[in-house]
Amino acid sequence: MQLDPEFLSRLQFAWVVGWHILLPAFTIGLASYIAFLEGAYALTKRPVFLNLSQFWLRIFAISFGMGVVTGIVMPFQFGTNWSRFSDAAGNVISPLLAYEGLTAFFLEATFLGVLLFGRKLVPPSMHFLAAILVAGGTLSSAFWILATNSWMQTPVGFEVVDGRYFPKDWFEIVFSPSLPFRFAHTVNGFYVTTAFVVLGVGAYTVRRGQALAEGRMMLRLALWFLMIFVPLQIVLGDAQGLNTLEHQPAKLAAIEGLWDGGKGVAASIIGWPDQAAERNLDEIAIPKLGSLYLTHSWDGAVKGLKDFPADQRPPVAIVYFAFRIMVGVGLAMLGMVALGLFLLARRELDRAQWYLRLCEFTICLGFIAVIAGWTTTEVGRQPWTIYGLMRTADSVSPSLTGGNVLLSLLLYIAVYLVIFPVGISIMVGIVRRGPAGSEEVSPIGSGHPKSPIEALAATGPEGAR
Amino acid sequence: MQSLDLLPMWVTILALGVFFYVALDGFDLGVGMLYNFAPDRDARNLVMNSIAPIWDGNETWLILGSVGLLAAFPVAFAIIIPAVYFPILLMLLALIFRGLAFEFRYRDAEHRTFWDHGFAAGSAVAAFAQGVVLGAFIQGFHVQGREFVGSSFDCFTLFSIFTGIALMFGYALLGSGWLIIKLEGALQDWARALGRRCLIGTVIGIGVVSLWTPYVDAHIAARWFSWPNFAYLAPVPLITAALILYAWRSLNGRSDYGPFFAALGLFVMSYIGIAISLWPMIVPGHFTLREAASSPSTQAFLLIGTLFLLPVILVYTAWSYWVFRGKVRSDIGYH
Repeated sequence: MQLDPEFLSRLQFAWVVGWHILLPAFTIGLASYIAFLEGAYALTKRPVFLNLSQFWLRIFAISFGMGVVTGIVMPFQFGTNWSRFSDAAGNVISPLLAYEGLTAFFLEATFLGVLLFGRKLVPPSMHFLAAILVAGGTLSSAFWILATNSWMQTPVGFEVVDGRYFPKDWFEIVFSPSLPFRFAHTVNGFYVTTAFVVLGVGAYTVRRGQALAEGRMMLRLALWFLMIFVPLQIVLGDAQGLNTLEHQPAKLAAIEGLWDGGKGVAASIIGWPDQAAERNLDEIAIPKLGSLYLTHSWDGAVKGLKDFPADQRPPVAIVYFAFRIMVGVGLAMLGMVALGLFLLARRELDRAQWYLRLCEFTICLGFIAVIAGWTTTEVGRQPWTIYGLMRTADSVSPSLTGGNVLLSLLLYIAVYLVIFPVGISIMVGIVRRGPAGSEEVSPIGSGHPKSPIEALAATGPEGAR
Repeated sequence: MQSLDLLPMWVTILALGVFFYVALDGFDLGVGMLYNFAPDRDARNLVMNSIAPIWDGNETWLILGSVGLLAAFPVAFAIIIPAVYFPILLMLLALIFRGLAFEFRYRDAEHRTFWDHGFAAGSAVAAFAQGVVLGAFIQGFHVQGREFVGSSFDCFTLFSIFTGIALMFGYALLGSGWLIIKLEGALQDWARALGRRCLIGTVIGIGVVSLWTPYVDAHIAARWFSWPNFAYLAPVPLITAALILYAWRSLNGRSDYGPFFAALGLFVMSYIGIAISLWPMIVPGHFTLREAASSPSTQAFLLIGTLFLLPVILVYTAWSYWVFRGKVRSDIGYH
């Protein structure tokens, strides 16, 4: 079999971005949560907020570090594997990527150092400001990278000269038609993801009966937050879907599994999209419903996949199922929040062992939704890197052989399969030791100096000994 | 705006950005390489603590350097990066291990030795890979039109492997200079002893690369050795020699800051030397800086923000160095 550098490069990009996105999905929300906790402590001086902030900072340090090192990989992918795309689109996308570095990465890196190591070196107000700046940095990063992605999905404000893309209107480029919806839906999704982690960790802490005050605070904060943001996420998702209908109809048709367009189309609930046969097998569908929620009219017209040439359609089954997984997870989240609020109202939340246990399992829900959503939008825009204009096949570096990419992909797989299990197990260990009191454990004999890295051991396995 | 030529500004910004990366991540990669030579665990902890709060910011310059290259010279980015596919891959994987070792080393006590080695080896491999990139860049690439058409293994030559080793010594020298600033007493003496060996390695590296480079490319030979260039450029080797002498004396003396800044001076001189050799090419032999430049609109749009943000970044970076100034303190608790 001939190894295809394009296919392998796509696989490699999916592998490195798929793992990477899990980290910002968690740290963007966590940075804001920590800033909130620091602020709440500064205002109320209640130790519960300080304990929680210190506890989550330990987890943040691990996950943020993993986010940084896997993030550095990303801009280089544009050069190593997608050099034709870089040459063609560099004039348009590069300032957006550069602004991400200038407005976000330095801010995060510098003030994270202050946040982690500087509590005794800078005044409390400065420490709080550092927390806010780290959180602001993560949001700015999300904005610029999504602006880049959105331009590739809905390109505007450019002109093409000799196959290369040149900027004409920077405002249009930065705020391309899908950006507002993509940014709102993604960042809100990240916040929800973090809140489900906090909910699960809070449930675990309460169930174990240690650090009850901290555990109860986490549970309640997360539930109140999710009560607003889960329904909001569903509304924002619908808005992004309508935006996709307008600008990327082929992607939307794949999401819907809609082969034959027309008026009054059905809503496909579940089935098996067969790309070759151009129809869905074993399908359950509800007549006319598709038009209703897509066009808000029973007889609204929607384009189907057959309205596009076969070589301009995405791999339908992947998009179709990824979308259904995302929606399914969203509904499960809604159920979890409703249950939690019901128990809270009846004052049974802290004693409902079954629900607390369930919360521990639903820690992963947000991450599944993020990967599914990302798959929907990224596979759905195939076969294009710049939607409707530049094909993925024309974007790959010409010098690469299949063997080259296979080798690099295997190395990325090997390394990520070491660092992610280790990182996750370390974070689980921090959660097991719980939020309260761990700072007081002295790692080494008295009279021995305690330095930053050594102090890490205070919360490490050694300190617990 | 259209009439204003922004290219010189961008060349300056990119040159500074790359230099900041080399100087800042250079010393902390160097510290990483020296890490496993530390006499005991307490010393290793101090060594790691000396860079723990700042390494992340240092590494950020790498992103700015690569994205800056894409922004200012997109075609150069599209030719050079795929041409050094494997050195870049090695560098990225090495940086992953090394960056995570900071956090993982203590929290994953069962595999501490693994992460210790990961930190030292990761730093060494990253430095070596960057040196290979540099060597390959000086040698030039097979280019047709706007694309690199050679093989992904072209970049590994005797010359580029030598520049890889030379850069390891150079970074280790910077690292020992940093440790001399941050450590005291017997440990500082240990850093000085290492620094002397690294200086010898660095001097051999600079000498051999300086003689080998003109041999690789006749244009470069003509630039340095033709009259009157020879006279104009004579200060470059002379200042370098003076810096080497000063570095040696300060490593043997009691100066805390001398070795680090002498090492930094050697990097400045080497950097200037390479710039003189290759000017005005950004893809040696194929694209000049001007030919490879991005569109004026791209340059202008990014410049507006950069002129405002870069000074701010420099200020708060300097502030964080100020916060963590002085000898590695032993009373700073984590969090």
